[in-house]
Amino acid sequence: MKIEKPARYIGGEVNSVMKDKEKVDIRFAMCFPDVYEIGMSHLGIQILYDMFNRREDVWCERVYSPWTDLDKVMREENIPLFALESQDPVKEFDFLGITIQFEMCYTNILQILDLSGIPIYAADRTEESPIVIGGGPCAYNPEPLAAFFDIFYIGEGETAYDELLDAYKEWKASGGSRTEFLERAAQIEGLYVPMFYDAEYASDGTLKSFSPNNPHAPATVKKQVVTDVTDAPYPLAPVVPFIKATQDRVVLEIQRGCIRGCRFCQAGMIYRPTRERNVEKLKEYARAMLRNTGHEEISLSSLSSSDYSELKELVLFLIGEFKDKGINISLPSLRIDAFSLDVMSRVQDIRKSSLTFAPEAGSQRMRNVINKGLTEEDIIDGAGQAFEGGWSKVKLYFMLGLPTETEEDMKEIARLSDRVARRYYEIPKEERHGKCQITASSSFFVPKPFTPFQWASMCTAEEYMEKAAVVKKEFQEQLNRKSLKYNWHDERLTVLEGVMARGDRRVGRVIEEAYRLGCLFDSWTESFRSDLWMQAFENTGVDTAFYNLRERKEDELFPWDFIDIGVSRDFLYREWQRALAEEVTPNCRMQCSGCGAAKFGGGVCYEGKN
Amino acid sequence: MKARIKFRKYGALRFIGHLDVMRFFQKVMRRADIPIAFTGGYSPHMIMSFASPLGIGLSSDGEYFDIELREAVNSTDAVRRMNEACVEGIEVVSMKQIAEEKKMTGMTILAGADYLVSLKKGALPQDWKASFAAFMEQPEIRIVKQTKRSEKEVDIRPLIDRWEIRGEDIFLQLAAGSSQNLKPDLVMEAFCRYLDVSCDDAAFGYHRLEMYADAGEDGRRELVTLESLGWDME
Repeated sequence: MKIEKPARYIGGEVNSVMKDKEKVDIRFAMCFPDVYEIGMSHLGIQILYDMFNRREDVWCERVYSPWTDLDKVMREENIPLFALESQDPVKEFDFLGITIQFEMCYTNILQILDLSGIPIYAADRTEESPIVIGGGPCAYNPEPLAAFFDIFYIGEGETAYDELLDAYKEWKASGGSRTEFLERAAQIEGLYVPMFYDAEYASDGTLKSFSPNNPHAPATVKKQVVTDVTDAPYPLAPVVPFIKATQDRVVLEIQRGCIRGCRFCQAGMIYRPTRERNVEKLKEYARAMLRNTGHEEISLSSLSSSDYSELKELVLFLIGEFKDKGINISLPSLRIDAFSLDVMSRVQDIRKSSLTFAPEAGSQRMRNVINKGLTEEDIIDGAGQAFEGGWSKVKLYFMLGLPTETEEDMKEIARLSDRVARRYYEIPKEERHGKCQITASSSFFVPKPFTPFQWASMCTAEEYMEKAAVVKKEFQEQLNRKSLKYNWHDERLTVLEGVMARGDRRVGRVIEEAYRLGCLFDSWTESFRSDLWMQAFENTGVDTAFYNLRERKEDELFPWDFIDIGVSRDFLYREWQRALAEEVTPNCRMQCSGCGAAKFGGGVCYEGKN
Repeated sequence: MKARIKFRKYGALRFIGHLDVMRFFQKVMRRADIPIAFTGGYSPHMIMSFASPLGIGLSSDGEYFDIELREAVNSTDAVRRMNEACVEGIEVVSMKQIAEEKKMTGMTILAGADYLVSLKKGALPQDWKASFAAFMEQPEIRIVKQTKRSEKEVDIRPLIDRWEIRGEDIFLQLAAGSSQNLKPDLVMEAFCRYLDVSCDDAAFGYHRLEMYADAGEDGRRELVTLESLGWDME
């Protein structure tokens, strides 16, 4: 028996929590359905793990997807999936919580249930099975997974879990039925119990109606929001993996949400309103977390760090306090300007590091459509300053297949990259360091629920390939082509992601079929099987075109419409129309656009109003 | 100032590889606030060198690494702090100051190591103890050693300093270090071939007991533990 990286499965890491299982009321298995190194890098789980384990009556443990080698052994030898801390079977737990961070993990969720010996359909579970609860960004359209979960938690985990856990304890003591517990859970704000709702479809395949079939289930499920993130619990002693995780450092979440309002970005809408953590608190956290973990690196986390109002204060503190102690300071998602270049030059080796811009689109027209408030001037000036400061590597991120995209827009990706290179060669030869390296990458745009682009159509896999070919060809025609490099993503994954992102309950059968056919770890190139997925669509009679290849009507009922994220559908539609008219919408700090998130009573909506 | 740390590795942590153990101790140094010295340059790293990597799956009572200290610490206190910063499966046994000379690092002076090999029940024929003695009586034990580029036949018998049967286990004292190094699994592999039985990896458990330097003079071998070459810091 040879298992790659056995350390993935042994638990016992620094700061992992051990409790006496006889002395707790609730055992919670928290799962990230991907391999350990990916799952251990996720901040959300660390927050909930810490929060749950602060309760004396709860023991929260971790579960990750067994890699394909162990998966095989477990099936052959009938070893049930176990949690890392106690090494006890997940099946014995009260809860199995699964965070759903991206669409391509859906078959892994079925693997988790299957290997645990939990019936994959919620309807088949009895009082013996754990309550299977899902959360995370993909829970904002939980419908493709509706049949597999007992509960979805919509929104930020810090608010409603205590109530749920208390309700569970009461129910367990009362000896009630599973349905009784789920009825109780359905009444907690933010919790969605899929089996208490029925979906009906019209003859054209669209959703006709979606309504509760149980009196305890509300018609609308409200997203949960932490009003003041400064007071929210934060894990000051996160678990430190033995093996190198993708994110092997202290992570400081400086703020939640983003003021920018890019129209393709789901995070920018579902995490509204933008809320900042107090800078003094963050300084305390940094000290405590470095001491408690022994990590040699600290990183800031947010959707757009440059918009954090105390960024300068925080960054200068980190440099002053930790730089001399051999601690690396990593500053992702910074806008390139004089300040960020100055601090970056102090925390990294300029020659080795590269600068990253995310123009997302090549032409200004296209950037107006997506409301990306980054102009060509910003990019060229920022790159220029960086080149003069000694940098010579630049990464540029783009999307292809955006709504209203023309061939001209696509070609601008290559031309913009070339203009960045030209800016480099404006520097006198003796002052620059050899050739520059401009790496442009494009992904294919996938419309997400709760974005202004939720009405938009996608393209076929063939069309995506043609688009990438257009860009590739244009790159070859650029003056500085030898300094330019262009990569693009797998178009087959895009098609699948599209179906999962805006799918309805009928997509669940495809996921199950794909899993039965052997699909697993779909986000890993080495294990992604497009052929099996296409087979699954064929076997279940589900058509990808219905989900991907049509622009939706203004009043179409979407599978996720029963969720209230605070941002109104009217606002999203207004933004969709403004996108088509190429009109830019100012960010939250410049001017309020009345999206609806102000009703949560906090964050950027109330800045300067006290 | 240089110091040598001895530690044990056991239980599930025997599945943690050498590089991860190094990373683990770098973090222990920070959590325990040990004043370890760093190299200079753009990406400074801790001055820390391990005597001999332990293979995945092996447990040990005698692992060593040397570090450079910025200032003196109290040995007892430092050991306590490091153990508070450790987890079940790794235990710091001692921390001693060692000589400053470069050629005295654990890696350079390593000359031998003790192992205890445990046998899975029924893995070998019943009379294996007698067979092992006979196996060791051979004037030479030739095996094919795989290196990255080639394979060559070597006689490993001179690399076995001592052996004895301890209950149901086999004790082996083997040559270790940069010039001559013999791993216990190679001995057991050779023994299986000698017995003409097939043995899978799971048949034996390997436990490292101790590591030694050679303090002998005039070519006379005299092994002393790496720990004994240091002294306590008060």
